[in-house]
Parts: sequence; C-alpha cells; structure tokens
Amino acid sequence: MAEKNQSNGSAENNRVKAQTDDLHDTLVGRGNRDGAQLFRDWFEELNHTAETGGQSAYVFVMGSFNEILKTFDLPVVFPEINSLQTAVRRVSHEFLSEAEDYGYSPDICGYVKADVAVQLRGGDHPMGKIPKPSLAVYTNACNTYIKWAEIWERMYKIPVFTIDVPGSRDVHDNSAPGERHFENDRRYVEAQIHELIKLCEKVTGKKFDIDKLREIMGHANDISVSWKRILELNQNRPSLFNALTDGTIYLGVANGFRGEEAGGRYFKELVEEMEYKAKHGIGAITEEKYRLVFVGVPCYPIFRRFNEMFSEWGGTFIHSTYLWFASGGANCGFEYDLKNPIASLAEGTLLSVRDAMDSMFHQERAVENMMKDFSVDGVIYHPIKSCRTVSTGLADGRRYLTDKHDIATLFLESDMMDRRVVSEAQMKNRIDAFFEGLASRRRHKETV
Amino acid sequence: MTNNTFNSADNSTNVFPEWRNKDLKDALCACRDLLEDTSFPTVARWRENGGKVIGHFQVYFPEELAHAAGALPVKMRGTQLDSTHADSHFGSYLCSIIKTTLEVSLSKNITLDMFVSHPICDAARNLAAIWGRNHDYPCQILYLPQNPNSSHSVEYLKDEYSRLLETITAVTGSKVTDADITNSINVFNENRELMRDLYDIKRETPWLISAEDAYALVALSGIIPREEHNELLRWALPLIKERSERQQDRIRVVFEGAFCEQPPLDMVRMLGQSCYVVDDDFLIGLRWITDDVPNTGNPIYNLAESYIERSSYSPVQHDNRKLKEEMLLTRVRKSRAEAVIVAAAKMCEPGLEEQVAYTYALDEAGIPYFVSEFEENMTSFEGIGLQVETFLENILFA
Repeated sequence: MAEKNQSNGSAENNRVKAQTDDLHDTLVGRGNRDGAQLFRDWFEELNHTAETGGQSAYVFVMGSFNEILKTFDLPVVFPEINSLQTAVRRVSHEFLSEAEDYGYSPDICGYVKADVAVQLRGGDHPMGKIPKPSLAVYTNACNTYIKWAEIWERMYKIPVFTIDVPGSRDVHDNSAPGERHFENDRRYVEAQIHELIKLCEKVTGKKFDIDKLREIMGHANDISVSWKRILELNQNRPSLFNALTDGTIYLGVANGFRGEEAGGRYFKELVEEMEYKAKHGIGAITEEKYRLVFVGVPCYPIFRRFNEMFSEWGGTFIHSTYLWFASGGANCGFEYDLKNPIASLAEGTLLSVRDAMDSMFHQERAVENMMKDFSVDGVIYHPIKSCRTVSTGLADGRRYLTDKHDIATLFLESDMMDRRVVSEAQMKNRIDAFFEGLASRRRHKETV
Repeated sequence: MTNNTFNSADNSTNVFPEWRNKDLKDALCACRDLLEDTSFPTVARWRENGGKVIGHFQVYFPEELAHAAGALPVKMRGTQLDSTHADSHFGSYLCSIIKTTLEVSLSKNITLDMFVSHPICDAARNLAAIWGRNHDYPCQILYLPQNPNSSHSVEYLKDEYSRLLETITAVTGSKVTDADITNSINVFNENRELMRDLYDIKRETPWLISAEDAYALVALSGIIPREEHNELLRWALPLIKERSERQQDRIRVVFEGAFCEQPPLDMVRMLGQSCYVVDDDFLIGLRWITDDVPNTGNPIYNLAESYIERSSYSPVQHDNRKLKEEMLLTRVRKSRAEAVIVAAAKMCEPGLEEQVAYTYALDEAGIPYFVSEFEENMTSFEGIGLQVETFLENILFA
C-alpha cells in the first residue's frame, strides 16, 4: 500500500512537474517567439499591400498616430524599423552607399539614407517589399522626421502631416492637464488631430468612424498599461529581460501593433511571462553580476555582439532610455478616456510624446529615476553619429550625473547604421576596462 | 564735418559709438571690427549700464518681446572661439555653432540673464537642456509652431509668446503693456524696412557695397540695441547709394545655406571678391518677417500671425505653402542671379538634407550651382576660394 501510495505520489509529482515544465516552456521566451512571428506577419501584410498597390501610411515611433490611421484601415510602415532591420541583417552599408551616391552626406541620419535607398529600389527590402506611401504622419519629436517626410513629399507628391507636439520648455516644466499652459498646448494638438482626420478621409475616401477609433484606442490602452508594468517588473533581481536585446523586440511590437487586438493580447501575455519569471527567479542571464542602464540608440550593425561584450562580464541591461522614447512615451502608461476619444488622444499624445522628448533632452533625469528603483551598477552612454536628437546632450548629461552621483559610466561613440564608425575592438577594450573598474569599485565598497 | 560723417544724435543708448563721427569707409570698418570682436563689447556695455540680456539661439526669435521688457535681445550664433570650455560637454559629429555658442557663455565672453533655444533642429533643442544644466538662470525652448499649416497655429503661438513674455518679465522685473509691445513693433518695423532697403541695394547695385560689409551691417542688429541699429542704417544706406563705384563684370550669385551657422566673415569676403552675392539667407532669422508687423490690435497676436503669414523660408521650417526649392528658385529669379552657391554647415542635418533637394531642383531649372560645406571657425579659404573661382570662370567663359 505504502509502495502504491509512493508510486501514486511519484506519478502526481511527475504530472505536476510535467505541467510545470510545459508551462515553463510555454511561457519563458514566448514574448520573443511571438514577437518575431508578429513581425513576420506584419511584413507579409506590407509585402501584400505593396504587391497589390494598396494604400499605406508612413509613420514614426515617437507618436505614430496608429490610432487614427488604423481607424481608416491604413497599414502603417515604420521606416525607422525598416532601416534598422538592414543594419541587423548586416546589409545597411549597401543602402547607405546608394543614398550617398544619390547625393546625401555621410554625416546625416543613417535611417534616412537606408530608407532613401529602399525607395530608390522601388520598395525592395530584405524583409519583403515595402509599399509606397499614400500619406506620411509624424510628430516633431525628432526634427529629422520632418526632413525625412519632405523626401517622400518630393518623391511621391503625397500629403505629409506634422502633428506638432510642444515639448517641455525646460527641465522644471511639468505642466499638467487643467493648467493654462498645458491646455494651450492640448488645444493645439487636438485641432491638428481633427485636421488629420479630415486628411485621412480625403486620402482614403472613407468616413471617419469614432466608435472604431474607441475600439482601437482600447487596444492601445492595453499596450500602454502592460508596457509600463513590464518595465516596472524588471526591477526584479535578477532582471527578467534584457532591455537592449529583448526590449527591442517588444518595442517593435509596441509600435507596429499599437491599436490592434493582437498587440494588446501580446502584451498581456508578456506581462504573464514576466510575472512567471519573477515568481520563479528566472533571470535574463544565468549569473547577473552588474545591472546596467543603456542611454541612447542601440548599435544595430553589431547588435548581438554589442550585448555579448557586456554579458560576458555578467553585465545585463535592466533598463534603457530607448524603451522610453522609442515607445513614444508609452512608459507613462497613459490610458485613453474612451468616452471622450479625440480630446483624450490629444492629452495622451501631449503627455506621452513630451515624455519621450524629455527622456532624450533631459536624459539625466530619466537615468536618475531609473537609479532610484532599479539598483543600477553602471550607466552606458551610446551617442551615435546618425542621431543628434538622442546624442547631442549625452556628454553633458553624463557630466551632470557623475557630478551628482557615485555611479560608474561608460561613453561609447559609434552608430546605429554605419559600420564605418563602429570599431568593435576599440569598444571591447573600453568595455573590458569599464568592468575591471566596476569590479574594483565593488571590492573597495565591500572592504569599507 | 563732411556730409558723409555722422552727427551724433540724441539717443537713449550708445553701446556702439565706434562708427560715429567717421566717414562711411571707416564706419563700415568699425562695424566689421565689432562683428569679429569675440569679447562682444556692446553687450558688456549694455550690462554695465544695468541692462538685462536675453540670449536667443538661431533662427528666429520675437525680439520685440524682449525689447518691450527693456532687455537687450542678443543673437547667440557662435563665434570664432576655440571651444576650450565647451568641448567636454559634447561628443563628436556635431556642428560647430552648438559648441561655440555654449563656449561664448562658459568663457564669460557674454553673460546672459536668460537663454532661449528653438526647435529648429535636434541639436538646438538639446542645447536648451545643456544650457540649463550649466547655468542657473532660465534656459528655455520657445516652441515655435512646426505645423504652420494648422488653422490653430497662430492662436497657439500667441499663447506661447504670452508664456515666454511671462518668463522674460520675471527676469527683467518689468511690466509690459500692449502699448510697450506696439512701440517695439514700430522700432523693429523700421529696422525691417531698412534691412529690406539694404538687400535692395545688394540686388540692384551690388557693386556699391561689398558682401562682407552688407553682412556686417545685418549681423550687428543681433548685438546692439535696435534703435542704434536703425540709426546706423538710416545714416549709412543713403551714403552707400551715393557711392560712385563702377559695376564690374562679375557673376551674380545667390548664397544659400547659412540660415543657422554662419560662414566666417573672411569667407564672405572671399566670395564677394569673386562674384556679386546678390541675395542670400545669411542670418535669415533677423530678416524672417518680410513685411511690417501690423501695429493695431493685439500686438502679441500680430507678432504670431506675422511669423506664420509674412515670413521667409528655411530648411528648418516645413510649410506646405513654401516648398523650399521653389522658394530658392524664386530668390534666384528675383535677384536675377546666374548661379547659386549651395552651402551647408558641416554636420548640419537639415542643411545637408536640403542641399540634395536644392541641387536636383537647380539641375532641373538649368541653373549652375556649386556645392560646399563650411564651418564657422574654419580659417583657411584657399581651397574653397580656388574652387569657387574655377566654378565662376566656367560660367563666365562658357
């Protein structure tokens, strides 16, 4: 009997273990697997649109207005994402050369140039064919967005629409809804949204459906709430995901699928995965020695290798300003009021895009916030040739941070697209020295 | 006293006395000297008299608001200083003007009471934050509308100007009435008219004034009180028109690409020796509003409406009504230019991007052009001088 009970108990244990193993296998890594699949689906749709000559809207990550565009069933193209894909796939140099031959300077944004080459190639891209734009919509979160859209305006004679979102006037500016200055800005953004809706009606020939907008904004709410939660969950020790590598996948879905049911579902499931990992102590790397914050834009030409140079030392990126600004400020977790969608979209845009801009121009404040909650051992600054928006203030921000706080920092200049200015050997030397310093700093602290 | 010597008038300010009681040639020389003086003595004199100084970065700033508050609006546009203090605040791959503008302040060559930057480009927006981390007075971004085609843009800008004025008056400690602003609008309207007159001379009789003298006359408006600048132009322009210099056989050229960072005065001089620079976008922010600002009604609204409705163009403003290559071609036609120098400051994202559009448009229009990059603190011009001369000779002897 005892043997039987033992045998039954063992079977039960095995069953529970098998279930646990299944759950583990289902959940852990699901975000990356599903994210990659969603990406493939998205590019297949774009490819189909291009092949069938359908309409599309070109947008950017900081304030995409997916909410409005998807109300009009417009597939969205993110040229920033297309461009970085050429670097990750190690062919960006071909695209950059083509644009430079056309006349663009080596010193301008590599994303712009890679996209110019894609357009010159009739939409041919390593992930499929990119449709031509029917219109372009962009905020002023990055000034280069405006110059970039002018290129399509000239190439395709399409309408381009700037949604001008006034940012913080200075570091002390945190005007809130209801306050005079905020309401001045909000009215301006709201007026522009109404004008964008009229333009979309004209371009697509469809009537605006406010109930459809509500539905889409509901899905966007799911993403924003989950995004904020996921970022908070990485306060866990060990950290649950790598902000640089895993985070970039999540960002792609957050942008491309904003306002879609699939996007909302993906992020709810991602929260489930992260909570499971937190509960079971499953970290992003096996042995987390150093918790790092990344400031800037990733080094896409050596995307995996860049991260390895840190993980080899037990360093992992637990957070980044990229996850703030490249999500268009979704980290604020702003939830739209679906009873009053247009006014709420204006308010949410103003708060979120303003936050995205703050996390670039006042990155030192963003890093200070991260340091409060995330047990940070070091801050890695990665200014790049391509992007003055993100990079111009980094050296000064670093000076500010190291003056105010006892924190190790590393400043690595390279690029997000152009491998001509990415020196892996030089980078590795500096990263190794940084970790040697971190180890010494830790030993010193332990002995004091 | 000859008839081309200024008889000092009774004026409220006199921070730039060096041009007075001189003949035209020497007065223009004094203007050039002041422009190249990296210690900015006129700003220092203004401060010594207890005046407040509002520094504003390129391109456009509603100077009337600072003027109405009794402050001196100073155009912060870098200078030919080595960035000994500022360099460590920046990484690589940035334009010079960002660095040298900060240098001017960190080196205390100019002391400000407030600094304002604008969303003209990504570097300029960062500059306000950088400034704020290094100075303890207000450092702001004035969010000029980047969607001037929105029906709400003027109303928005009126509110934004009102917000800015609140900060300015907190700095100056003064109260500003609508009448004060209207008075300032009148002063600046006169200045705009005089500047237009100067550009008419450049276009119609470019042999009467050298490129660098015309440049200096415009640029000084950014570092001296506008009343004094009006006085200077009111005196100088008639004398320039009376000159007896003879026209030479030179190519008429438009210079495009100096909307923000400025080429060194020596480069302007070099160009002026090779051709007639009949129009340009040098310091276009100081000439941004192209007609009189209305001086009746709400003056802040009038300033806002003028920014949108009666203004020039530049690569850092997208306006559906002002396609930039068409605007350039109009500038070329109006000035009867035969060629264009399409320049851009090194590392200037908007300038370098616009260069491409300009060159394709000029190709299509069959207008010869010369593409070049410059830096405000460059010191050698032999190479570019030779290239420009070769370009011009090719046109002249084609």
